[in-house]
Amino acid sequence: MTKFTFTEKKDTRSGFGVGLHELGKQNPNVVALCADLTGSLKMDAFKKEYPERFFQIGIAEANMMGIAAGLTIGGKIPFTGTFANFSTGRVYDQIRQSIAYSGKNVKICASHAGLTLGEDGATHQILEDIGMMKMVPGMTVIVPCDHAQTKAATLALGNHMGPTYLRFGRPSWPVFTTGRPFEIGKADKMIEGTDVTIFACGHLVWLAIEAEEKLAAKGVSAEVINIHTIKPLDVEAILQSVSKTGCVVTCEEHQINGGLGDSVAQVLGRFNPLPIEMIAVNDSFGESGTPLDLLKKYGLSTDNIVAAAERVMLRKK
Amino acid sequence: MPQQPDVAQLKKMCSQIRRDIVRMVHACQSGHPGGSLGCTEFFAALYFRILKHDSLFNPDGAGEDLFFLSNGHISPVWYSTLARSGYFDVKELATFRKINSRLQGHPATHEHLPGIRVASGSLGQGLSVAIGAALAKKLNKDDRRVFVLMGDGEQQEGQVWEAAMYAAHNKVDNLIATIDYNGQQIDGPLKDILDLKDLKAKWESFGWSVITSNGNDLEGIIAALENAKSLSGNGKPVMNLMTTVMGNGVDFMMGSHKWHGVAPNDEELKKALAQLEETLGDY
Repeated sequence: MTKFTFTEKKDTRSGFGVGLHELGKQNPNVVALCADLTGSLKMDAFKKEYPERFFQIGIAEANMMGIAAGLTIGGKIPFTGTFANFSTGRVYDQIRQSIAYSGKNVKICASHAGLTLGEDGATHQILEDIGMMKMVPGMTVIVPCDHAQTKAATLALGNHMGPTYLRFGRPSWPVFTTGRPFEIGKADKMIEGTDVTIFACGHLVWLAIEAEEKLAAKGVSAEVINIHTIKPLDVEAILQSVSKTGCVVTCEEHQINGGLGDSVAQVLGRFNPLPIEMIAVNDSFGESGTPLDLLKKYGLSTDNIVAAAERVMLRKK
Repeated sequence: MPQQPDVAQLKKMCSQIRRDIVRMVHACQSGHPGGSLGCTEFFAALYFRILKHDSLFNPDGAGEDLFFLSNGHISPVWYSTLARSGYFDVKELATFRKINSRLQGHPATHEHLPGIRVASGSLGQGLSVAIGAALAKKLNKDDRRVFVLMGDGEQQEGQVWEAAMYAAHNKVDNLIATIDYNGQQIDGPLKDILDLKDLKAKWESFGWSVITSNGNDLEGIIAALENAKSLSGNGKPVMNLMTTVMGNGVDFMMGSHKWHGVAPNDEELKKALAQLEETLGDY
């Protein structure tokens, strides 16, 4: 039985920063753009080493997306960096027309996503971004779970063609996937189990692992699968797991509408209707607070996942 | 590029492009003839005299001048110019806005129409894209220029001014922008809808080299674009404020916002074509 532990906590955004810096070394066509949040996005190392390939745009995200689209004409691979809110909702139309519909190879890298942004409050805690981005035709959507996987995902984007949304966050969080292989579009089965499948993305993968341990203590065998790529979804991995366990819990730091749960439910509905419970924010905005207090208040804690697993198992036929 | 046509030949080209425009919008009973007709001389000057470009079309445009159309709704004039420049067969103009066509209502790359490098139509985005392409040229040590056309109504979009600020601050001086200053937008005259006040002073204060031109005077617009080229490369982006008459060349369409986005009926088409000599053969 796989056992996950961690020896350190790091922020996923720093994983992006390290990955971007390394990618800059690997590929001279990689360029980076930032809308006045270089420190927050951990883009300083790239900026310092490759100043001619770093574009400080100022607080003008719409212009940033357009410039990124233009840079691809001439073979550049632009990585844009700002908060998730300003990476999506604020610039949806620019992404839609100048990037996605135009088939531009722009990597939209978004930090401070979700409730775990914490104290800044609801204005900045976007919980709709996965939904917005997965609806855009041709957009790849990746939500890595820790520092190591965010770095791996950033590096993988260097060899990936097409518009992509990479979502990560601010808080210090357990690092537990170091050395694990990462492939865009391929779900990562973290823990094998037989009674219930827990599909999680982002920060909630760690909480799903904690929940599995609590469930095991109660005699429940939970399978934990990290769906780091929301789109394209690894349908095969999902169907394979649920054919064994017969019920599902999805976990994400996102609105219940439009997120990972929606995507999994669509697969179940079409191919194998089975009971599903969703751990997600239930149609409300967030608020100020510490990340852990917020996850608890909005029903996204480890205990919420345990309870959802127990609930959904009762609904099995 | 084929041998450059002289002004007399270009005037014939303009007449043919105008015929194409009114026939295209008539055939699908939709589209935007007004701005298209007003910008005909500009497009003819650009593609037949100013741009170094290759109708074999390489999307990356290395070693070529690039053109972006931000006000994508005037696609008919662009499509006609591209076809008449050899990017694709003029017969394809007959498919404009119809099902399964590469000639979408607003320009798109999705169907791989040669000559188009980014989708446009939702206003305010083209200048930003042009800046990105200009920056890529600088990184690639490619000394060709990037041209972009915007509408005047489009100046009401905030993104235009984000881009204006950026290009001047960062000395994007391989960039030549033009505004089609026809004074009309879809709901009426600009000065009634949302006045731009002193547009020249605005762009100058943002740090651009600004020139003015008459976009319906063929020799004048050629000279203005040549002047813009000579002003480029000096640390500032260049803005060509180009006055045009919406609907120019078809008397009953001229100077009114009513023909911004309305197609002529059969009788109006006949009347329009009677004013435009068929010089190079209709598609």
